[in-house]
Amino acid sequence: MSQVSIAAAGERAPARYQPATKLGVTGFGFYVYLLSDAILFSALFATFAVLKTATDGGPSARDLFDLKNVGLETACLLTSSFVCGLAMQAAEARKPRELTALLGVVFLLGVGFLGLEIREFGGMIAAGAGPDRSAFLSAFFALVGAHGLHITVGLAWIGLLVAHLTTMGFSESYYRRLFCFSLFWHVLDVVWIAIFTFVYLLGVQP
Amino acid sequence: MFGKLTLHDIPFDQPIIMGTIGVLIVGILGLLGLITYLKRWRWLWEEWITSVDHKRIGTMYVLLALVMLIRGFSDALMMRTQQALAGGGHLGYLPPEHYDQVFSAHGTIMIFFVAMPFVVGLMNIIVPLQIGARDVAFPVLNSISFWMTAAGALLPNIALGIGEFARTGWLAYPPLSELPFSPGVGVDYYLVALQLSGIGTLLSAINLITTILKMRAPGMEAGMMPVFTWTALGSNMLIIAAFPILTVTLSLLMMDRYLGMHFFTNDAGGSPMLFINLIWGWGHPEVYILVLPIFGVYSEVIATFSGKPLFGYRSMVTATLVITILAFTVWLHHFFTMGAGADVNAIFGIASMLIAIPTGVKVFNWLFTMYGGRIRFEPPVLWTVGFMVTFVIGGMTGVMLAVPSNDFLLHNSLFLIAHFHNVIIGGVLFGCFAALEYWFPKVWGFTLEPRLGKAAFWCWFVGFYLAFMPLYVLGFLGMTRRTNHYDNPAWDPYILIACGGAFLILAGICLQAAQLVVSIRTRNERRDLTGDPWDGRTLEWSLPSPPPAFNFPVVPAVEGLDAFWASKSAGPGTRRAAYEDIWLPENSPVGFFLAAFAAIGGFAVVWHIWWLALMGLVGGLCALIASSWREHGEICIPAAEVARSDRLANVFRVKN
Repeated sequence: MSQVSIAAAGERAPARYQPATKLGVTGFGFYVYLLSDAILFSALFATFAVLKTATDGGPSARDLFDLKNVGLETACLLTSSFVCGLAMQAAEARKPRELTALLGVVFLLGVGFLGLEIREFGGMIAAGAGPDRSAFLSAFFALVGAHGLHITVGLAWIGLLVAHLTTMGFSESYYRRLFCFSLFWHVLDVVWIAIFTFVYLLGVQP
Repeated sequence: MFGKLTLHDIPFDQPIIMGTIGVLIVGILGLLGLITYLKRWRWLWEEWITSVDHKRIGTMYVLLALVMLIRGFSDALMMRTQQALAGGGHLGYLPPEHYDQVFSAHGTIMIFFVAMPFVVGLMNIIVPLQIGARDVAFPVLNSISFWMTAAGALLPNIALGIGEFARTGWLAYPPLSELPFSPGVGVDYYLVALQLSGIGTLLSAINLITTILKMRAPGMEAGMMPVFTWTALGSNMLIIAAFPILTVTLSLLMMDRYLGMHFFTNDAGGSPMLFINLIWGWGHPEVYILVLPIFGVYSEVIATFSGKPLFGYRSMVTATLVITILAFTVWLHHFFTMGAGADVNAIFGIASMLIAIPTGVKVFNWLFTMYGGRIRFEPPVLWTVGFMVTFVIGGMTGVMLAVPSNDFLLHNSLFLIAHFHNVIIGGVLFGCFAALEYWFPKVWGFTLEPRLGKAAFWCWFVGFYLAFMPLYVLGFLGMTRRTNHYDNPAWDPYILIACGGAFLILAGICLQAAQLVVSIRTRNERRDLTGDPWDGRTLEWSLPSPPPAFNFPVVPAVEGLDAFWASKSAGPGTRRAAYEDIWLPENSPVGFFLAAFAAIGGFAVVWHIWWLALMGLVGGLCALIASSWREHGEICIPAAEVARSDRLANVFRVKN
């Protein structure tokens, strides 16, 4: 075998070739993760759809759901997504102090959402409509709880992002993390809108 | 303090188990002693455990698979000998409660901890090399993926000595797997092990998809990707779409068992059939997750050893993607007997038969690749040809099972067992061995001894037919799967033949071990100095064996299919020495620590030791958070060093 060489990229690279940027690679990978998360939620939605009527003589959606509370939760979450968008703008303008403040607002709105959800769950459990009451309630708590768990992770992530910003300052890699977080947060909104519609709105329908 | 765990959970009264444990402990202590004696701990830590090099991680995946193959095969041998001894009023040597664990562990281990790590490991090693990338997109994440899989693999082995494993079969159908019917820790071991390894698999798929779609060498358009890379893409897309379903399904069963919820219970409105639908929503794509990359292996092997480009590249890629999609449309054929009704069964039956079309396209493409080629019958080709014969038989029995009316007769019989072993052993495992023979020199720098390899193939091949063809007959004779003992003399001869076949496979495994030992001892005579021992076609063969940490000294420009073959055909060229500094990611221990905490936490969850579970969780989170502060995680390999290693490699090649 004689020496075989392959042309180096620099010599004959096609003109339209553009190597992916680090942000492009990380962002793409995170989108793929979010896709898998969407599948995770759709499996939970399917479970809920199957078990929706399996109330075992216990309380049904119409007996339990309070749309006012859910409306407040939705307002918190959608506002937080909007503020998250503002935070990304602050990040692009390289304004760390504004960014920290806006992330703080996102955090507080997230905590508000979570507080309302915990209050709702607590009320249901106290009223004897806990997740072990019926298959319907198991499915409800699993689906809505999985979303709540994601929100909790997101809140911890905000804490970490603020800690990174204060200790290490702004950098390209920091921006990539922030970018991923904002995608995560927006997708949780999308999931919530589906929960709002299919679980709560259709649930209270006569 | 220790939850449900007491000293009674160690089966001191079971000589078979305690003997195995003894051998295992002696073996592990011996290994640890050897590492200490050779003073290799630092080497092990720096070169392997904390490595983020995709080749090292892939190699560890394959090693894990090989070790677990021995465990899974031991289970198989126990089942075969049990059935051989348990006819005509005899009870055999395995009591039912132990036998049930053996077949559950066999299935779980073979799918999750042999086939999966083997295939994922292959993709890890080869895909970046084939597309001209220096590593995967997220190297540290890759290390985390591997170690999570390893943590998952640890648990069923701990279950061997502490407590018990599931007695529910490899998919743990409820209501049997629910608390009232499986009150022990076996199902919990199963659930936690699969959850941990499932996380690893999902992360690995994210990594490989991003690598394939974002990191290809300049000029390599989608239509120029090697077929193995294409099939890896299809497989990983399936993982993204299927594994979250597994995670959800197992989580729901865990909530049933741990929190008293009612997803799959018999009471309070739960639906066991929901579990079976969900688990096969993952489970059917899973078989294509395993077999698609292996189809890619066969494609590479057959083109290389025929000395021809693959016949019908485009139809091959199309068939791969069609299978990727159809994989999601057939799950119900695993439970035609559920009673979904004639129309539903018919639709799923037809969809199942449809998959035979793209698969048939592939088989014909391989045949036409061989046609007119100068075929060299090296061991990888033997495995490939053995596969083509075996897999077609397995595929046809699959089409038989896809007819719902047949299925009502054959459901849960040994016919089914024969069918899926026919496609998984004849398809996936043969392909893993073909890949092992084919790419071994690329990873280790020397070839495997071919004569022992061929002998091993023939033992496996004949052994497979002896072990599984009788099971088709037994299925027709009415023998159901998972039978502990029986008293039908008509079954005896077939069961004895199957047992003999299993021992022939054992001989094949011993020969493979001998092949490995002999090859390592004679490695200096069988060094692969050219980097291209098989006259290969794709980019991985353009590199020295083993490739340097940075893979490509100079990122290649690709202009068509079979990039390396094209440049070989063009003759020796001159390369402008345009070496640049290469930045490689630094080693990272986060994957190891994360998995260690996950294994501890998982063990604690199994035994309801909640303080320890909390420690595992907190420890894992701390490891993750601490690693997130690492900013400058890259080391530089200066251009001069790159140039030196490239020239050194080329000197060897010219000499040869």
